[in-house]
Amino acid sequence: MPDTAIKASGLVKWFGEAEAKTTALTEVNLEAYFGEMVYIVGPSGSGKTTLLSVLSGILRPNSGSVLVEGTDIWALDADRLAEFRLNKIGFVFQDYHLFPRLTTAENVAIPLILKRKDWDESVSEAVKYLEIVGLKGRAQLPPVKLSGGEQQRVAIARAIAGKPDILIMDEPTASLDGDTGRAVVSFVHGNILNAKRCIVIVTHDNRIYEFADRILKMENGRLTGIEKARHEE
Amino acid sequence: MKGILKLAYKLLVNDKAKFSALLVGITFAVFLMMFITSMFIGVLNHSSATVINIGASMWVMDPAVQTPANSIGMPDYVLDAVRSMQGVKYAVPLYSGTALLKLPDGTYQAAAVIGLDDTSLFGRPALLEGKIENIYAENGFIAVHDADFAKLGNPHIGSEFELNDHRGVIVGMAKVSTSSLFGIPTLYTTYERAIQYIPNPRYTISYVLVEPKSASDIPEIKRQVQALGYLALTKDEFIQKTSDFYVYQTAFGINLSIMTLISFIVGLSVSGQTFYTFILENLERFGALKAIGTKSRALIAMILFQATFTALAGYGLGVGLCALLIGIAKLRLPAYFAMLTYANLGLAFGMVVIIAAISSYFGIRKVLQIDPFEIFRG
Repeated sequence: MPDTAIKASGLVKWFGEAEAKTTALTEVNLEAYFGEMVYIVGPSGSGKTTLLSVLSGILRPNSGSVLVEGTDIWALDADRLAEFRLNKIGFVFQDYHLFPRLTTAENVAIPLILKRKDWDESVSEAVKYLEIVGLKGRAQLPPVKLSGGEQQRVAIARAIAGKPDILIMDEPTASLDGDTGRAVVSFVHGNILNAKRCIVIVTHDNRIYEFADRILKMENGRLTGIEKARHEE
Repeated sequence: MKGILKLAYKLLVNDKAKFSALLVGITFAVFLMMFITSMFIGVLNHSSATVINIGASMWVMDPAVQTPANSIGMPDYVLDAVRSMQGVKYAVPLYSGTALLKLPDGTYQAAAVIGLDDTSLFGRPALLEGKIENIYAENGFIAVHDADFAKLGNPHIGSEFELNDHRGVIVGMAKVSTSSLFGIPTLYTTYERAIQYIPNPRYTISYVLVEPKSASDIPEIKRQVQALGYLALTKDEFIQKTSDFYVYQTAFGINLSIMTLISFIVGLSVSGQTFYTFILENLERFGALKAIGTKSRALIAMILFQATFTALAGYGLGVGLCALLIGIAKLRLPAYFAMLTYANLGLAFGMVVIIAAISSYFGIRKVLQIDPFEIFRG
């Protein structure tokens, strides 16, 4: 049995109050393990992004707990939680959220800079991560000069630059065409995933299902089943 | 923290359009504030020209005197009494008044006339031409070569004029550190000649200039002068009294204060608005930084750094621009009053700090309110 990276128990999250109250998560229980790539899939509004936010220490649940590598992240104060995210979790946002006024290398260096590393040292280290994602020659370009697929790779390089144990990817193929999307996820599966890392991806792109180790299906704020269990294939 | 600040710096200056707009806003505000206050300080400085140029440590005057220009004559016994006071090293009379000169071309010109103590010539100006002892020559006057000198018909040594049917002769040219506020030329002569040539009321001593034996004697001299029914002020107190008169008892103070306030409000509005827009446009990126794991205090440091950097750069540019324009104006217009002092540099700096503080306050508030979850939701 592989080590548990994330263990969520009894997660409940709602938004609004009284008549405006909307329940996004209802009693969600989930475990993700090191060395696996887990997909959370489901229709729009099913609570996928809310679950991802709660799991990664971005959105506080109304009840339930999230243990990341055994640490109850929602018991941490705001500063320690921020530090925990910086050190343990890498994020790839749906819209990348790259800084257009910085070079590609400087964008990738951000987690290193936040960890109080020297600027120049961080940027030269960032170039190594750009090399990993196949963009070494693009280090000095601003992100706007790159294609969508390349920007996604820059976002991945930034996410892994902080050497996180857990990588959170929100709709990584949403802004990419089918082939590019598949190429990016294939790259992540082949090069970023390893035995000491867990990758959680929210998607509704069935063209990339083949790369998942497990696919968890959500509907109306509940995990309704496992669509695919790779290890069981 | 150094890396975070460099990140803040790059985010700020790499957005050239916004950064330029911010700099222009603050530079313009600082320039306006500096320019208006430097004009005001220049006016105040020139209003005390006589006090500054004569340079006496203490001035004895009628208590009703508000500025050096409106002296009230004191009887001769005041001079004798002051000379007899404990702590007084020496005391001399000074005449300060205005006269109407008839120039060789037949035109009339008002002039300020300073009558120096005949014995000591205390408060005499530095001479550019001529010898100071020639002030004792018959009808001798020394003309001050300042911005208003040309109004005397550009005289030279030996030039003549008429003063109340008396002949006057220019025997020297002098320079002073501060020219008169009122745009009229200045002549120096002896005290006795001044009161002889210029029609005067019964009492003729405008001021008694006092040199105390030591600084510790000043309070006692003041007390004794007060007991005599007159007022003794140090040089700085007299300058302050004059400034207070122009600030609080004329329209100068309120009008210039309003203009300074308006320039502050303009600067605050332009810079505050632009900085806030800059923050709003980068809100998603600040949100992404927050999601990645940036602590709130690091975000605050970034915004404070951006606001402070912009404010200081704008301050430097505004001060530089103001100094440049004042310098050029003084080259072209010798009577130009504006002057930069530590006071108005400090005032403009204080206002820039307030602009930066207010701008960053709203930016910080906005950034701290961002929910990184919104970044996820896209």
